[in-house]
Amino acid sequence: MTNIREILKERILVLDGAMGTMIQRHKLEEKDFRNEALANHGHPLKGNNDLLSITRPDVIKGIHRLYLEAGADIIETNTFSGTVIAQADYHLGAEWVYQINFQSAKIAREVADEFTKMNPDKPRFVAGSMGPTTKLASMSPNVNDPGYRAVTFDELKEAFALQVKALIEGGVDILLIETITDTLNAKAALFAAQEYFDQTGKNYPVMISGTITDASGRTLSGQTTEAFLISVQHMPLLSIGLNCALGASALRPYLQVLANKSPFFVSAYPNAGLPNEFGQYDQSASEMTAQVEEFCKEGLVNILGGCCGTTPDHIKAIAEMARKYKPHQLNLTSHA
Amino acid sequence: MGQTTEDYTLKLSGLEPLIIFPGSNFINVGERTNVTGSKKFLKLIKEGQFEAALDVAKEQVQGGAQIIDINMDEGMIDGAESMVKFLHLIASEPDISRVPVMIDSSKWEIIEAGLKCVQGKCVVNSISLKGGEEEFIKQARTVKNFGAAVIVMLFDEKGQADNLPRRIEIAERAYKILTQKVHFPPGDIIFDPNIFPVATGMEEHRKNALDFFNGTKWIKDNLPGAKVSGGVSNVSFSFRGNDKVREAMHSAFLYHGIKHGMDMGIVNPSQLEVYDQIDKELLEYVEDVLLDRRDDATERLLEYAEKVKGKGKEKVVDEEWRKASVEERLSHALVKGIVDFIDIDTEEARQKSERPLDVIEGPLMAGMNIVGDLFGQGKMFLPQVVKSARVMKKAVAYLMPYMEEEKRKSGNMSTSQGKILLATVKGDVHDIGKNIVGVVLACNNFEIIDLGVMVPAEKILEAAQKNKVDVIGLSGLITPSLDEMVHMAKEMERLGIKIPLLIGGATTSRAHTAVKIDPVYSGPVIHVLDASKSVPVVQSMISEEQRPEALKKFKSEYEQFRIDYKNRRKDKSAVSLEKARENKIKIDWDLEHPVAPAVSGIKVFDDFPLEELRERIDWTPFFLTWELVGKYPAIFEDKVIGTEAKKLFDDANKLLDEVISKKLLKAKAVIGFWPANSKGDDVILQNGTTFSFLRQQSEKAADQPHLCLADFIAPAESGKQDYLGGFAVTAGIGIEPLIEKYEKDHDDYHSIMIKAIADRLAEALAEKMHELVRREYWGYAKNENLSNEEMIKEKYQGIRPAPGYPACPDHTEKRKLFDLLQAEKNAGITLTENFAMYPAAAVSGFYFSQAQSKYFAVGKIQKDQVEDYAKRKNESIDYVEKWLSPNLGYDN
Repeated sequence: MTNIREILKERILVLDGAMGTMIQRHKLEEKDFRNEALANHGHPLKGNNDLLSITRPDVIKGIHRLYLEAGADIIETNTFSGTVIAQADYHLGAEWVYQINFQSAKIAREVADEFTKMNPDKPRFVAGSMGPTTKLASMSPNVNDPGYRAVTFDELKEAFALQVKALIEGGVDILLIETITDTLNAKAALFAAQEYFDQTGKNYPVMISGTITDASGRTLSGQTTEAFLISVQHMPLLSIGLNCALGASALRPYLQVLANKSPFFVSAYPNAGLPNEFGQYDQSASEMTAQVEEFCKEGLVNILGGCCGTTPDHIKAIAEMARKYKPHQLNLTSHA
Repeated sequence: MGQTTEDYTLKLSGLEPLIIFPGSNFINVGERTNVTGSKKFLKLIKEGQFEAALDVAKEQVQGGAQIIDINMDEGMIDGAESMVKFLHLIASEPDISRVPVMIDSSKWEIIEAGLKCVQGKCVVNSISLKGGEEEFIKQARTVKNFGAAVIVMLFDEKGQADNLPRRIEIAERAYKILTQKVHFPPGDIIFDPNIFPVATGMEEHRKNALDFFNGTKWIKDNLPGAKVSGGVSNVSFSFRGNDKVREAMHSAFLYHGIKHGMDMGIVNPSQLEVYDQIDKELLEYVEDVLLDRRDDATERLLEYAEKVKGKGKEKVVDEEWRKASVEERLSHALVKGIVDFIDIDTEEARQKSERPLDVIEGPLMAGMNIVGDLFGQGKMFLPQVVKSARVMKKAVAYLMPYMEEEKRKSGNMSTSQGKILLATVKGDVHDIGKNIVGVVLACNNFEIIDLGVMVPAEKILEAAQKNKVDVIGLSGLITPSLDEMVHMAKEMERLGIKIPLLIGGATTSRAHTAVKIDPVYSGPVIHVLDASKSVPVVQSMISEEQRPEALKKFKSEYEQFRIDYKNRRKDKSAVSLEKARENKIKIDWDLEHPVAPAVSGIKVFDDFPLEELRERIDWTPFFLTWELVGKYPAIFEDKVIGTEAKKLFDDANKLLDEVISKKLLKAKAVIGFWPANSKGDDVILQNGTTFSFLRQQSEKAADQPHLCLADFIAPAESGKQDYLGGFAVTAGIGIEPLIEKYEKDHDDYHSIMIKAIADRLAEALAEKMHELVRREYWGYAKNENLSNEEMIKEKYQGIRPAPGYPACPDHTEKRKLFDLLQAEKNAGITLTENFAMYPAAAVSGFYFSQAQSKYFAVGKIQKDQVEDYAKRKNESIDYVEKWLSPNLGYDN
């Protein structure tokens, strides 16, 4: 792989946009989520988007292509819910989870390589998406029993270990632990990644992206942005950043914290504004681009993209804008 | 590109960051959530009282601990399980989890279990080379993968490092392994170079402290980035029981430790004298020992220790401070609460200053800031702060004429942070808590406008607008005051006022504030639990920066509380009044023989001897009034508050001596007994008076009855003649001139003290009178023979429930009782329009003699009972709902 760290020092890299928003456009039915092996699966599978990498790879590849055409340097695998914990909702076990991650990585790899071959000056990267799972390790789902936990650190670590292994074996360049609502979940993912690196002797760059849930500026599990940074700083990360939940303009003060305090590259991929009363994101590509342009003007970011509600149009506008700006300069410290 | 610099900052996090950089202040590690160090905490964990254990953690964070050490190493408990449970619970308490934790155990499996529960960057305490290099590396790797910092004890395969060369040898070896083999960030390595006792008499212990200091310095000079920590109290182990010497040793040790580079430590702030205030002679002896400066250092310290044995910090009268500069003297007087020289010192400072105001803004405020800080950090306690305030007020009073003089020339001179209006609401006379809040806020440089007690809403609002206050604080103790507060909030809303409204007092609660007050006022409403919480809350309300966030926080907290409350309420099922009555307590009246009272009608005690009450005082609530939590007399043994509790107790007894010998207060009582029988939930007296009682209505376990006080009186149909007793007592006659005198003297300490003492005497009189009634005046328990402690535990027959309290929550019944007793005339107690008794130090209630009678709480009642009760009392439903609003189990 071309050294991404060197490129990140030179220019702002563009991450792709929403996967779910694009899948919705295809109006898929239950049958699209099934193949021969799943024909008799006893539980509905519609909505299990990660599974489409196996059952409708054409759809997923098509979406990757649209983002790469729009100018994305990094595409995310279709594996946001690719853990045994999240897939348990669909009654799918470890073999399926491995397949989801492996196949998703494989098809993203194929499409990215097509584009790199066409234009070797703009190498494209594949980031293995690792979502937060559906359960929190440091909060109780039951307000009357604050000591209870729906999932343990060990269960999370094991679930992430399987995802890490499958993503890397499927060919990703980067691991992206994203939409972190509970830092302890993220620490379990980091732990699993580190164990994999130690066992195989291979190191992969790791990106981390947290989610600030409201205007209080804290994660769902209550940490301030700086506390979140400190809690995951023990890994030599490629980047740390924020995504989802808030629109771009609301994200800015917290990105400033990261840009000031983090020894790593900084990423941001906000939603296309806040959802309207129908739960849809309606910020246009130009509106959003105007807001994220502020990040670039201030030199806050190295990686820029979109989360919920963003489309190839958004990414195209962002990519064109980002070209004009210098990336965030790393803070000159080690052992930070 | 510039050169990369090494960053050796130690960054930790709970919900918020804690950054420790070279040159940071010393980091205080809380030590009370440690079962090996705190008997209280061990007991709570052993008994599974995790809620109370959480309070211990909360207190120490509020007291200024920047990290909390948690240790569950005890043979009797499952260490890993307790660690996990406690860490889980902490995670849902943002007041605690904002600071990083230190997972403290000698067992690796407990540490590992703990690491799996913590989202922030914590500290592991500790690992060492004791079990060899391989194990050390493995554990360090795991710690690193969890993203924690680590304390390394200087211990290796051969044992603990107990001299300088061994400390250096082990520290160097561990550091090399950690940085080179494990690639542990050097800034995250914290050495504990072992603090051992000194002055033990053993030759080999002579250099224990010195070796620690030098070891610390060597580590800081030679191992880049590494930090040093230690448990300080160990050093004074051989002086256990001699607080004066121990306190001096701890602070001198810390002084030198920090000078040599110690970054953090486990310290008990209450066992610490201020270094500069250590007696010079003692300091010399202590430092001789710590620094091993003389061969006879230990002997000399022991000799001195023998002299001061058993003496606390303040007992040696030390006039040395009088020699310091006037600014230092003022500061000292404020911190120590000494009024003796305040006028002279203030005068001297005034002469030195250009304007009298400069004395307040300069040395006096500087001193009060120290007091405020120490209180905020949990290093001073409420009684001390109140004493400091007394000194401040005296100094200000001394300057007042000079300032008036100057004001005539210049005009404005307000320097306060903001104006706070305080009042006890209409119909309520209780003001101890309110006064304490006033003192504490005044200490923090807020201007207090105190409207006193029984203040109607109009008057509060008028004063608030006239004085342009920044915050209004309402206080109340009786339940009708809750409604009065709701009324106030509604009035404020109606008038479009947006001033923050603080709610406090014994009956108030977060629940009531959230559910009843917050929704009717769009401005900020905040329930303040006690005086120490009032300062940050008021500050957040006044600060332009903090206010929006604080407001949002409180509003959303209360919103959430309402939602939870509603959900909870739905689950709690109630039974119909009819069902509840069917399930009343079973008393076989055929077997009962109600005793006719020896006294018939009323008996008056015009001047009950106070000395007889003194021994009956229950002191535990007295300490609670001063925000010192602990049971009397065990409270004196408390490591943190014991000394202050003892001082407060001594002051109280001194005042009590004076009260008794000079007859400053007078205790009066009236009791009465009337033939009565019950009818349903009413008790009907032969003289025609009817007392109506309420019955429990919430769902009960199968064998539990739905209680009502009327059940303890024989029903008419039993054919037995039964009796009901009543009483009203006070120990507050004559208190006004005393309070006036103290307040004139700016002496809040004694003003609060006399009220607290009168309260205790009134309670003692109620207890004493109850005993006399049981044994003599009613005489149904002539042979009762109980110790004071058994009495406090209520091991006797019969009860004395008070109207307005849980077993009979309706305050309005008090009127009938007072009429029967003619309490105004006979005991000098009056009732306000909301049925609070004046003087405030008063108790009234009923006497029930039946053997099964017991205290209980009526709890929530339903609409059917309210309708029935209104009918029985011949009052409107609205009237009943108004007075029983805290008990309504439905929305009205």
